[in-house]
Amino acid sequence: MELVGLLSFLVFFLTLSGIYAVMALGLNVQWGFSGQFNIGIAGFWAVGSYTAAILTTPESPFHLGGFGWPFLPSALVAALLAAVIALLIGLICVNLRTDYLAIATIGIGEIIRLVLKNEEWLTNGVRGIPAIPRPFSGLGRELEALLFLGLVVATILVVYALVERARRSPWGRVQRAIRENEPAALAAGKNVLRFRLEAFVLGAAIMGFGGALYAHFAGFISPEAFDPLFATFLVWVMLIAGGSGNNIGAVLGAFAIWALWSGTQFMTAFLPIEWAARAGAVRVLLVGLLLQVILITRPEGLLPERPPRPAVRD
Amino acid sequence: MLVDLVQLTIFGLVVGGIFALGAVGVSLLFGILRFANFAHGDMMTLGAYLALVFVGPLALPMWVAFPAALAGTALAAVAIDRALFKRLRRASPVILLISSFGLALILRSLIQIIWGPENIVYWTDIVLPWRLGEIRIRPPHVVMLAVTVALVVALHLFLTRTRIGKAMRAMADDPDLARITGIPTERVILWTWALGGALAAAAGIFLAVDTRLNPLLGWNVLLPVFAAALLGGIGKPYGAIAGGFLLGVAGEVSTLVLDPVYKPAVAFAVIVLVLVYRPTGLFGGR
Repeated sequence: MELVGLLSFLVFFLTLSGIYAVMALGLNVQWGFSGQFNIGIAGFWAVGSYTAAILTTPESPFHLGGFGWPFLPSALVAALLAAVIALLIGLICVNLRTDYLAIATIGIGEIIRLVLKNEEWLTNGVRGIPAIPRPFSGLGRELEALLFLGLVVATILVVYALVERARRSPWGRVQRAIRENEPAALAAGKNVLRFRLEAFVLGAAIMGFGGALYAHFAGFISPEAFDPLFATFLVWVMLIAGGSGNNIGAVLGAFAIWALWSGTQFMTAFLPIEWAARAGAVRVLLVGLLLQVILITRPEGLLPERPPRPAVRD
Repeated sequence: MLVDLVQLTIFGLVVGGIFALGAVGVSLLFGILRFANFAHGDMMTLGAYLALVFVGPLALPMWVAFPAALAGTALAAVAIDRALFKRLRRASPVILLISSFGLALILRSLIQIIWGPENIVYWTDIVLPWRLGEIRIRPPHVVMLAVTVALVVALHLFLTRTRIGKAMRAMADDPDLARITGIPTERVILWTWALGGALAAAAGIFLAVDTRLNPLLGWNVLLPVFAAALLGGIGKPYGAIAGGFLLGVAGEVSTLVLDPVYKPAVAFAVIVLVLVYRPTGLFGGR
């Protein structure tokens, strides 16, 4: 019995960190490859989650729904919608300086959150959308959870293969060139704006897909779930700790930081009872301090970026 | 309609003063250290809670608590620079940006650990508004505006009359040129943190008087504060003040046509318009 509990916790843990790994890979395309600072991750995540939820839930008088789509098409639409929003934002903001883009992306995240909170016909407002169906339902709890983990792992593998290929391709090389020296890339005749836009949109699409996975995993979503803290900050810490620019690092960082984050939960369980309401803040404090330590002592992360060697020509 | 407009403009000036006080620090820090300080909102929150220590447990009047909280937050800002940002002086500005984002969460969680997540007020007595015809004016608003104006005048004197203030403006304008002319950069950076922290605390206290204290107090206005700094032009303290007032009034007046829940969107729209059409701000900063 103990063992079953432990195993089901392990499956839960791996699934959730796997979803974060998808997010970290998406952020790596934007930040690691292309050097674009997005702190509106929560916004794209929420767009993906809500799209998937609305397309798959049964009809409800409280929010838009009743389409009854299966998982994959709805997740693809979720990715597409996140990409479209990123494209619209990107057309305006992508050629801004890094720090300005950062400020603009908080604004986007904030506006998306306001819309989700206030447009009740669409999202049921603060009460959220319940009863999001799980893929593979009706196969029993354990098998269902296991198959869902399989789905998450498959997503990581597909996304990893995709972005790793992109990183090694000439496209990835141009991204690195733009990140390191924009005037030089421009002088070499590269359409800088277009390359940056492509990276921004691709990253957002990956986040949208991850958001769809999250909606099905959680079964219930509300604007609270897309607190900039969990959605945005943790993904950033994961990528920086793992090694920005390195796709394996991004995945590794996601699992490592989520393990630490869950670990702090056990730690705060030992706090005196009157501290229980503040346990969340203690955990955030610890992770915030960890980020500062990483930035000061090892800013390149666990696995530093290794640019692929240029092909030798005879 | 006209009455509404006047009423909203008065509210807008009060809120705008709060944005302006926050934006001066953001603008100077951005000009001198080259990064957008995402922890500025939470420094405002810190200042507001420090004032609570003086008016609450120590039962001091607000006119004592106010300068004490300003001094406390200035010290905290300097300590943060020594402990954290000084070690990152040579890192790229983006690393500083990420670090300040982390710092924002550290400050917020510390505040939550110490004071809890609930809404708190400084005092509970109700002050009736004055009536001028159909227009209502709340006495605290008058005090807040007066203190804001006094702080802006003091800031002006500091920036134009003292050596360190002049050095600060020179460095925000062109750091390399400032360094060549032998300005003691580390000392200027220290003073900038202290000044930014003190003004942020004033903004935070005003915000808490106007609404309620809670750990998200400052974070919630970070967007308009940044917008004000960008609107005024980075590194231009006077621009930031003008930007703050403009944005405050624009936000309040927008509620005539826009659902008030979308007020933050106004700040965002201003940011985007400024960045696209006039990236140097209205007054030609960087």
